[in-house]
Amino acid sequence: MSDTQRQQLAARFREFLPDENVIDQKTSLATYECDGLSAYREQPLLVLLPENIAHVQQIMRLCHEQRLPVVSRGAGTSLSGGALPHAEGVVLSLAKMKRILQVDELARTAVVEPGVRNLAISEAVKEKGLYYAPDPSSQIACSIGGNVAENAGGVHCLKYGLTLHNILALKVVGADGEIFEIDQRSLHTDGYDLMPLLVGSEGMLGIVVEVTVKLLPIPRCARVVMAVFDSVEKAGDSVAAIIAEGIIPAGIEMMDNPAIRAAEDFVHANYPVEAEAILICELDGTEEEVSAQIELVEQVLRAGGAVETRLAKDETERLLFWSGRKAAFPAVGRISPDYYCIDGTIPRKSLAAVLAEVRQLSEQYGLPVANVFHAGDGNLHPLILYDANKEGELEKTEQLGSKILQLCIHHGGTITGEHGVGVEKLGEMCIQFSDAERNQFHALRECFDPLKILNPGKAIPTLARCAEHNAMHVHGGELPFPELERF
Amino acid sequence: MPIELADVSIEDELRAQIGAVAASGGEIEIIGGGSKRFYGESIEALPVDVSAHSGIIDYDPAELVITLRAGCKLAQVEALLAEQRQMFGFEPPCFGEDATIGGTVATGLAGPRRAYAGSIRDFVLGVKLLDGRGQVLQFGGRVIKNVAGFDVSRLMVGALGTLGIILEVSIRVVPQLETEITLAYEHASADEHIRWVNRLGSKPYPISASLWYDGRSLLRLSGSEQGVRQASAQLGGEEIESGWLDVKEQRLDFFDRAEPLSRISLPPTTPDLLPGRSQLIEWGGARRWLCGEADVDAVRDQVAGAGGSLCAFQRHAPDVPRFHPLAPTMLTLQRNLKASFDPARIFNPGKLYPGL
Ligand SMILES: Cc1cc2nc3c(=O)[nH]c(=O)nc-3n(C[C@H](O)[C@H](O)[C@H](O)COP(=O)(O)OP(=O)(O)OC[C@H]3O[C@@H](n4cnc5c(N)ncnc54)[C@H](O)[C@@H]3O)c2cc1C
Repeated sequence: MSDTQRQQLAARFREFLPDENVIDQKTSLATYECDGLSAYREQPLLVLLPENIAHVQQIMRLCHEQRLPVVSRGAGTSLSGGALPHAEGVVLSLAKMKRILQVDELARTAVVEPGVRNLAISEAVKEKGLYYAPDPSSQIACSIGGNVAENAGGVHCLKYGLTLHNILALKVVGADGEIFEIDQRSLHTDGYDLMPLLVGSEGMLGIVVEVTVKLLPIPRCARVVMAVFDSVEKAGDSVAAIIAEGIIPAGIEMMDNPAIRAAEDFVHANYPVEAEAILICELDGTEEEVSAQIELVEQVLRAGGAVETRLAKDETERLLFWSGRKAAFPAVGRISPDYYCIDGTIPRKSLAAVLAEVRQLSEQYGLPVANVFHAGDGNLHPLILYDANKEGELEKTEQLGSKILQLCIHHGGTITGEHGVGVEKLGEMCIQFSDAERNQFHALRECFDPLKILNPGKAIPTLARCAEHNAMHVHGGELPFPELERF
Repeated sequence: MPIELADVSIEDELRAQIGAVAASGGEIEIIGGGSKRFYGESIEALPVDVSAHSGIIDYDPAELVITLRAGCKLAQVEALLAEQRQMFGFEPPCFGEDATIGGTVATGLAGPRRAYAGSIRDFVLGVKLLDGRGQVLQFGGRVIKNVAGFDVSRLMVGALGTLGIILEVSIRVVPQLETEITLAYEHASADEHIRWVNRLGSKPYPISASLWYDGRSLLRLSGSEQGVRQASAQLGGEEIESGWLDVKEQRLDFFDRAEPLSRISLPPTTPDLLPGRSQLIEWGGARRWLCGEADVDAVRDQVAGAGGSLCAFQRHAPDVPRFHPLAPTMLTLQRNLKASFDPARIFNPGKLYPGL
């Protein structure tokens, strides 16, 4: 599109949006050219900043009429390129829609606009003794709309669920500008349950313009124990042993040696830098309950071969133990020019095997890998350390990442636990799903968006792309891991 | 004696049968154990019994996930989980010993724990499905966190078999809780109960069920011995025998009557809309059973105004639509969804809504 055409288009949007809410200058557009996956960049035609639902509807009507691709954007922290702009389309940023509209203390719900930051919800209701449970590590920055679009998880989701489990109602503007609502405040819907389709749909089924979240009472007491291991295997087995005791920890996280070292160097959480693995396990509930359970957990950890267990003596130390884990990504960012975060899920029992294979691959590719792991739910985040300025190193990193994800599929897991497919994992989608299954995804999308203007090119690869991808990756006439059941 | 489930796959037969039905333009009614066949519109189509498709595909208690063929009997699976001190978190009703896992998923019905632990939708992790083209498709998986592709597996919950035959399903399971007690309180009116039970919800008590009927509120506490004892000391009330199995299976006197039974779903804090009528209230106020003749259309309007819905659950006149009417645009969307899985409308046509 020529600059004149772009100006003309901007003028159409300025008919109903304040001038400054339509960004058309190249220098300002640059701010939006990537999300958290900065290896992919693209300039959109325009960035639009609606301030209310009516604006979003007007934008969508015009884009529908013009068949313009629309990429929604919350805070732009996606790690899979979900919010990467489309060169021939607009970015619809929800950043100005960030009001908390209503808090209902008796019903324990909050109605919020999509641009509200995840943490802002808990902060707003804290004095009522309530909080919003899903806590992605990016919670200071990421938006609730983005959380819904990615079905974001956090360190507490083993016990308290993912975004899906903590959302009661959505108001959505469809591709044609019409509003539809999914209201499950009554804990039931007759007809098809569209909530799980919308949650995790990566901006491809509609624009989320209002979210009703569930609030939970803040537990009376939370305590953390850190266990130190001389092998990742023992740490992994200890997680299974805790669960076998019938305990569901509020959070249970694992870090391997490279991740421990990076985190310790960064936040000085008093982590044991010689350890092969640490587990951080949090229990919550009433004081009596937590004291009894934490004693049991310490016993299980020691019986499982922990060389040491440390109980956080107070709230300050509890937060200190967590600080290292929560800062793991930036900590790794400090020790390497660049890092690439992988997001596969595996059955927990495969942990030791998968980590050993990851180590082998890491050596083979000559790229160090640090591992952080949502150990309770099998969600693995290997962080590949690389230098984008070195010729070919990003490509090598992407190949290693793809190999790790294939490993996850091979062990009965999945290519993304919480970060989404975006543009990043389109190739792996060709491996995890058959043509018929991907066709079903496309058909579902077309029920909501027949013109395919919502976030085109993301999340679900076309059949042509997969044909090409699988042709490249077929060895000796067979797909990788032909023996594997893709369930 | 260890529980043994039949291990039989009829996937190939079903596939062949669906292929033939699709080719001849036929329609089928999918039958599992038949225990919940009453749920939904009655339809006339060739009954196809899928309950022989049974067996455990995978169950490792430490992974907190079980993968089953859909014909497995619910009661047997629950017994099997109990051997490992585990259970389904959503407390599904059986309504008869033949109830299958497939029917449990397709109806999406849940028991008293639902308001406090989540619905079956929240626990489903993956399905293997036979669609209307005779294709076998798999969505989701056997792991707790998975966002690859649209979440089709959970769409099957409550779809009443209209999107395909569920062949296998993976469900997250939870540990059994150590202790459970039931406390009783006098609350003359439904409104008193609704306010009380919602106020309790904002405190971290280990509540796992609540009920109001005939001037009395019941509360179930489940959790660790310490947690439950401590909460019950704070909550007071009279400790009574547990009767929750009868609530779940609808064997209380309230349900055992000749009159129509309606299920009203409302945002839990909604004040009583039907004072003076015979109601039983569960789920912290969100589920209100109404027993007796009712002008369904009028009650539906009233309930819809408050953000809820009414299902004509049992014993209503045949011309009363079972499920709450959908807005026209929503019905169109849902018809399109149906067509994307089952273009020839083979499976349970009309069981949920006309055109689905
Ligand atoms: C340091 C770091 C740590 C992280 N930790 C976690 C973690 O622990 N757990 C986790 O799950 N994720 C994590 N993430 C990933 C990311 O924060 C989440 O995916 C988050 O949900 C994205 O929210 P956002 O507002 O930034 O969305 P964006 O990045 O702006 O967008 C993400 C996707 O959502 C769509 N979208 C955004 N808003 C809307 C809307 N209103 N309607 C429809 N579609 C919309 C976009 O089109 C895009 O496809 C982390 C990221 C970083 C950078």
